[in-house]
Amino acid sequence: MLERITPLLWLLFSAGGTVAALLFPIHVLLTGLAFPLGWLEPPSYEVAHRLLTHPVTRLYLFVLISLPLFHWAHRFRYTLYDGLQLKHLTALIAVLCYGAALLGTAMTAYLLWNI
Amino acid sequence: MSVEPHYTLYHPRWYRRRVSVWWWLQKRSYTGFVLRELTSVFVAFFAALSLWQLVALARGPEAYGRFLSRLGTPLFLVLDAVVFLFVLFHAITWFNLTPKAMVVRLRGKRAPDWAIVGLNYAAWLVVSGAVAFVLLRG
Repeated sequence: MLERITPLLWLLFSAGGTVAALLFPIHVLLTGLAFPLGWLEPPSYEVAHRLLTHPVTRLYLFVLISLPLFHWAHRFRYTLYDGLQLKHLTALIAVLCYGAALLGTAMTAYLLWNI
Repeated sequence: MSVEPHYTLYHPRWYRRRVSVWWWLQKRSYTGFVLRELTSVFVAFFAALSLWQLVALARGPEAYGRFLSRLGTPLFLVLDAVVFLFVLFHAITWFNLTPKAMVVRLRGKRAPDWAIVGLNYAAWLVVSGAVAFVLLRG
């Protein structure tokens, strides 16, 4: 099963890695540092909510959250194998990593659909 | 005379040297490799933070306000500073690796590595500017 979907997992890994590389630095810089430190003004609730009602923003946020989660799942899985030498736990680690990414994706889709 | 060879059910153990879990601290390039692999943890952290922001926005203005003030606590400021460094490291290593992962041919000739890397950085700049514009101007 795991072997059969491996090409798909690598595709999600590289798509998610590209999304995270292109978009995460600016988002972390603004949301994580510039807004809380008062360097710049964060979007108000009204502005943020108005942005969220646009379908393009919803699609953007879905891609922004879901794909990097799969990137993490795939890379972290191999980090555990190599770094901590946990090759014997292959199945368990795979289920936990991809399961977490699937759960996060489902939650994101649910929230974006209902906002 | 016996012609039956003697088989053992299980093959004998191969000799394998035990490698310490800390093997990656012995050489700079190994440490760089493991740090690069660990960037995924910080990527996941920020994805989860964005999901949390969505939950707050779905709950209403008060929840969104609480989310914003939570990000201003020292714990989150320090965490986000570390996340920023690792995410930056991910972006730089990712862009620099693209010519090795993807070979582009133009008129039968291989496009030079610096061109592909340069395009990545240019796209990064444009996309970051667009995100900042939308978030700051609404």
